[in-house]
Formats: sequence, C-alpha cells, structure tokens
Amino acid sequence: MEVLKATIYPILVMGGLAAIYALGLGIAARIFYVYVDPRIAEVEEFLGGANCGGCGYAGCSDCAAAIVEGKAPVNACVAVGPDKWEAVAKILGVSVEAGERQVAMIMCRGAKDKAKRKFQYMGIEDCRAALLAGGGDKECQYGCLGLGTCVKNCPFGALSMGEDGLPKVDKDKCTGCGTCTRVCPRGIPKLVPVSLKIAVICSSHDTPPVVKKICEVGCQGCGLCKKACPEKAITIVDSLSVVDPSKCTLCGKCFEKCPTGAIQQLLPA
Amino acid sequence: MEQEVWTFSDYIMLVVSGVLVNNILLIRFLGNCPFLGVSKKMDTAVGMTFGVIFVLTCTGPITWFVEHYLLEKFDIVYLETLAFILTIAVFVQLVEMVIKKVSPGLYRGLGIYLPLITTNCCILGTCFYNIRFKFGFMPTVVFSFASALGFGLALIIMAGIRERFHYARIPKCFQDTSIGLITAGLIGLSFFVFAGLAK
Repeated sequence: MEVLKATIYPILVMGGLAAIYALGLGIAARIFYVYVDPRIAEVEEFLGGANCGGCGYAGCSDCAAAIVEGKAPVNACVAVGPDKWEAVAKILGVSVEAGERQVAMIMCRGAKDKAKRKFQYMGIEDCRAALLAGGGDKECQYGCLGLGTCVKNCPFGALSMGEDGLPKVDKDKCTGCGTCTRVCPRGIPKLVPVSLKIAVICSSHDTPPVVKKICEVGCQGCGLCKKACPEKAITIVDSLSVVDPSKCTLCGKCFEKCPTGAIQQLLPA
Repeated sequence: MEQEVWTFSDYIMLVVSGVLVNNILLIRFLGNCPFLGVSKKMDTAVGMTFGVIFVLTCTGPITWFVEHYLLEKFDIVYLETLAFILTIAVFVQLVEMVIKKVSPGLYRGLGIYLPLITTNCCILGTCFYNIRFKFGFMPTVVFSFASALGFGLALIIMAGIRERFHYARIPKCFQDTSIGLITAGLIGLSFFVFAGLAK
C-alpha cells in the first residue's frame, strides 16, 4: 500500500498540477489572444537586423510593424539596399519609390597637423566627454575632435580612425543609418547622396580671420569661390560656403580660387 | 526565523535582511546570469528590475501555497524543485499573455525580460528560501518582495558602474565579462558589511 502511495501520489499530483496549469494557460491564450500580422515577421527578415535606429523606430521589429501598418514607407530601412526594399514591397503588394542611397561624410579636414589645439586632452577617449572638458581641445569650436565616438558607435563597421586623427568612411559598408550623425556631439558626419560630386568639407561658421588663425584647411567663408563660379551655384551661409550640386557643372574654377582647398571634388566628373 | 507572531519591526528587519544582508545576487550569488547579462545598460537593468519585482512578489506566495497545500499534504516535498519551476514558468507565461493584451505599452517595456525571468534562479532561489526559513504567508510575501528589491538594487548598482566602463581604459584581457565578474566580487565583498544587521 505504501509503495503504491509513493508511486501514485507524485504522478497524480504533478500530473494534476500540470493539467490544471495547461488548462489555465490554454484558456488564457484564448481570452488574451492578440492578433499579430504574420507579415510583420516576414518583413523583418528583410530589414537590416542591426537595430541601428536609422529608420527612427525603436528597433527592427518596431520598424517592420510600422511598415506593415503603412506608417512607414517600404524603404524605411536605410541599412539595406533596393533589392530588399523590393522584397518588402512584394510582401505588401506595393511598389517602391526608391530614394538615392545616402552615405556618411566627415565634414571636417582639420587633421592633427592642420588644426590648432588649445590644450592637450588626456581624458576619457570619447568626443562627448572631451567636449565637457573646456569645450574640447581643438581651437575650432565646430571641428572634429577625433576621439572616434562615431567609429565606436557605427553598427556596420563602416568608419575607421585615420592616421591624421579624422574618421574615414568606407562608402561600401556605410548604409546611411545616421547613427554617427546622432552620436557626434558636433554633428560632423553628415548624410549625403552617394553620387554627390562636390562639397565644402568644413563645418566652421567662424569668420574669415578666426578660421585663418586656427585652421589651415577650413572654409573661411571669404567668398572667392562664389565670385569665381560662373553658374552662381555657390552661396555663403553664415561664413560657410555652400554648393548647390544641381547647378554645379564641375568647371573647377572654385577649386583654383579656394585659399585652403576646403571645397572639394568628390567624384570624377 | 521560526516565530508565531510577527510585529511590524520584524517585517522591517525582514526587508533589511532581504535587500541587504541576504542580498540574493551579492551574498547568495544566485542569478549571476541576468546579473552579468542585463547590467550593461541602465535602461535594461531598470526594466529587468521591475519585471523581477513583479514576478517574484507573485510567485513567492503561489509557490508557498503549492508547497504547503499540495506537496506537504501528499508527502511529496522531494518534488518541490519540479513543481516550483513548473509554477514559475506557467505564471510568467500567463503574465506575458495578459499584459500583451491588456497593456501593450507595458509589454513593450517588460516583454523582453519576462522570458528571461522564467529561468532566473533568483526567483526559484527565493521561493526555496521562503520554505527553508519556515515563513508564514505574510513573511513570504514580504521576503519575496524584499529579495526582488535586493536584486534590483544590486543590478542597478552594477549597471551604473558598467556604464562607466565605456569611458575607462580597461586592459584587453579584462574587458567585458572579466571586469564584470571582478566588479561583482568587489560589490559582494562590500555587501558583507551588512552581515550583522539582521538575520
């Protein structure tokens, strides 16, 4: 009898407990059933999967849900290319209105030997931390601090720190997610279309005499390029030269006139 | 800790014991997996803390009922590990389902931590301590809550320290988990200061 008890009771009690729990869970699953669109999981498979936040949503699954609900465009994920957008569009039965691929560009040429320093910074290796120490070690209050916060935060490994103390962008790896633009305390990396042919690689809004004193390669906003441009594609905004790429013919007159070489041809014409 | 009548000050001492003296992470060294896993960021640490507080405060009393009204009655206390794990897993599943329906906002905040909590040894450990210390019902509730609070305290301290590791120059061989374990050990040592405070 004792033996019987010792075998039957555990089986009965544990089995009964499990049965009750299973029943409870089963009923609860019916009562608390939430319909999840199966397309969300399908769409998510074609997204970047890095949770980079470049789309503006909390993560890839959030973005997938927004795409399915129609709150976000099918090409919301900037981390993948047009072929993935096509796949997403196919799931939802819509067409893609593709925009041009964007890549990050470092808008500063103030390398170690080109831009002056106020002091020698020896603190935490993070641009955000350096900025707290007297506004950063660079004389230029707009320039790249060169401690690689963008490099460390790039979810795709597209940035690397160059010998000259400026980050370098690998255009093939860059997906244009914009993480670097968000983490940089000075907003030096900017997203530009990959086919951009000409740009002024400087972020300084300082006046000409100030730039002349502290940086060999900065845009002084002197306006020589503006005068030289036959197409009137260049304007000076707040002591910084801005090129309108749609008007520019790449005649090259501005490159000759620029005293510091801040205005640059990025791709062959 | 066997006693018949519990006064208010006894409960206070129980909280002190659960949070500081018998801190589940730092003194008992249970639940090291979430301790090292989710302590890298303050956000996740806080989310996990609330998840554990909620689940443990509920599962503590439930397992107490299972122990005293089921296992003891049928004389199969040796099956308590099994029964407790089952109970905790089922409860967490249920909670996940309910909040997914009732409060999507809360689900987004806590959702990803709930499956982690199912296999969290802090929960199971505290349920066992409730039985081992021969607590009545109310002390079980209070101790479960205090223990979860202790978990949160340790986790948040750890997350605060580990966030600062980002800005520190740590030798390569110590990076990530190694320095985390060393830090855990040092915080654990410092928590032994509380040893005489309560039982």
